Amino acid sequence: MSFIQVENLSFRYDQTRTIIEDLSLSLEKGRNLGIVGESGSGKTTLLRLLLGLAQPSAGSISIDGQVLDTKNWQFMRDFRRRVQAVFQDPYSSLDPRQAIFDIVAEPLRALKIDVDVAKAVAEAATAVGLPADAAQRYPHEFSGGQRQRIAIARAIVARPDLVLADEVVSALDLSTRILIVDLLKALSTSVTFVVVSHDIALVALLCPDIAIMEKGRIVESGPTEHVLSNPVHPYTRRLLASTPRLP
Amino acid sequence: MSLTPADTPQPTAISVRRKIPLSLIVGGLIVGLHLLAGILTILWTPYEPTAMVGGRLAEPSIAHWAGTDRLGRDLFTQILIGARIALEVGSGAVLVGAGIGITLGTLAAFATRTLDDVFAAAFDILIAFPTLLVAMLIVTASQTASLFTAVLAIGIAGSAIIARLTRILVKRVLSMDYIVAARVAGSSWPSIVFVHVLPNIWPTLIVNLALQFGLAAMAESSLSYLGLGAPPPNASWGRLLQEAQGTVYTAPFGAIAPGLALVTLVIGMNLLADGLRAFADPTRRRSR
Ligand SMILES: Nc1ncnc2c1ncn2[C@@H]1O[C@H](COP(=O)(O)OP(=O)(O)O)[C@@H](O)[C@H]1O
Ligand SMILES: [Mg+2]
Repeated sequence: MSFIQVENLSFRYDQTRTIIEDLSLSLEKGRNLGIVGESGSGKTTLLRLLLGLAQPSAGSISIDGQVLDTKNWQFMRDFRRRVQAVFQDPYSSLDPRQAIFDIVAEPLRALKIDVDVAKAVAEAATAVGLPADAAQRYPHEFSGGQRQRIAIARAIVARPDLVLADEVVSALDLSTRILIVDLLKALSTSVTFVVVSHDIALVALLCPDIAIMEKGRIVESGPTEHVLSNPVHPYTRRLLASTPRLP
Repeated sequence: MSLTPADTPQPTAISVRRKIPLSLIVGGLIVGLHLLAGILTILWTPYEPTAMVGGRLAEPSIAHWAGTDRLGRDLFTQILIGARIALEVGSGAVLVGAGIGITLGTLAAFATRTLDDVFAAAFDILIAFPTLLVAMLIVTASQTASLFTAVLAIGIAGSAIIARLTRILVKRVLSMDYIVAARVAGSSWPSIVFVHVLPNIWPTLIVNLALQFGLAAMAESSLSYLGLGAPPPNASWGRLLQEAQGTVYTAPFGAIAPGLALVTLVIGMNLLADGLRAFADPTRRRSR
């Protein structure tokens, strides 16, 4: 039994176009999965479904064999504790009127997790490399890269099993990207990531498994090394051709 | 590691010494004076407000700073009481308007597409009617002219503007990723409203509430002028203006003094709103 099992998932906003079509995938704990696809291929939509923020038109998502049921309050509380997310835009994803301490503490307070909040927030902040005086400051005092660290601290503070990361470095400059990728790599020892990106090189750095997504479907998947060295689907080849090779 | 609230460093000197906008200071002073005058009348007035204490239509003098009215009553006393009434009706109306407006605006922002469209259209239609006209209709319909109906009428009449603004502000906040992040963090919708939505719309809202306050004070005077406000012996500025109308050429001060009081209060409120706007800008907010 896989940790996360997605079966024949479909989703549409309206009748005219299917955004996610008959998509299946599975995920093991401890093995990061990269989902790569061009902009508009439905990656963010898939993450919204995985987070229970949108309802699939068909198919199911299960975690440890339990079907994701957004109407089951008790299940969702446990689910939220286990599955967290980091978003693309580090400016829009932090409430400008909240101090960093309150931002990072939000999952602990919302889920009423029985821990020493100050201690847990401090640990998360250390883990992501935030400066010691960050807690009482406000988001506008931080750079994009540091804001993304704050968002990552919020995602890991409740010690989830899985963190869904949606294009988390694409809004950052190159040198900051490298630092954040290093951070995600370091955190991968204690939490599993689903790294969603249009950047195949980034995913290759972080994920032993990869799934290639085109127009709401997974067209190819498997161990990253295998898929990259021996791409079968023409779309994968095209993606690879358009990506600068890593040194 | 010291990421606890207790031992974070104090803000730097630069961030503390923020410039307070001049409009905030001047507006605050003007409104503060009116407030003081209003509060003072609860405890003390220069003369008994309804007592005939001087000659009729006397010029301003040391004994009667704003002169006297047709019945020889001290005008300055009545203007002080007028400040209290203006502030009572202003704050009452803004409370009523904000209560209704913020609630409806927030509900609209959370409603389904169609319901939201209905709300939006309703707000726009209500706003198209002049506030005073709506307030007059409400007072006329209730068939009682009192301080209380004036508060309700002006509050209800002004609530559409607050509702429309709230709806737009809430929708903007709801589109931000930090709302999605809050949901993923497990926050319930009510806690999202109180923790994220209201604090983020509040700065813009408070500025508009200050403006509404000035408008409400003006509407109160207008209603009283038309005889639809607080009945005598409540010395509303509007009623003072109305009473001075007949003698405006022979004794202009009877109209000038309450007019000045009203105009300065409205200007003070507008300055205050303007100052708050500059102050509330989140990027200029000092670090704590
Ligand atoms: N709220 C929405 N309503 C209608 N269509 C949407 C909405 N959000 C996204 N889409 C469409 O769904 C498709 C997939 O979008 P998205 O999941 O954001 O892709 P990606 O993250 O891979 O760029 C796009 O074609 C987009 O236009
Ligand atoms: Mg996306």
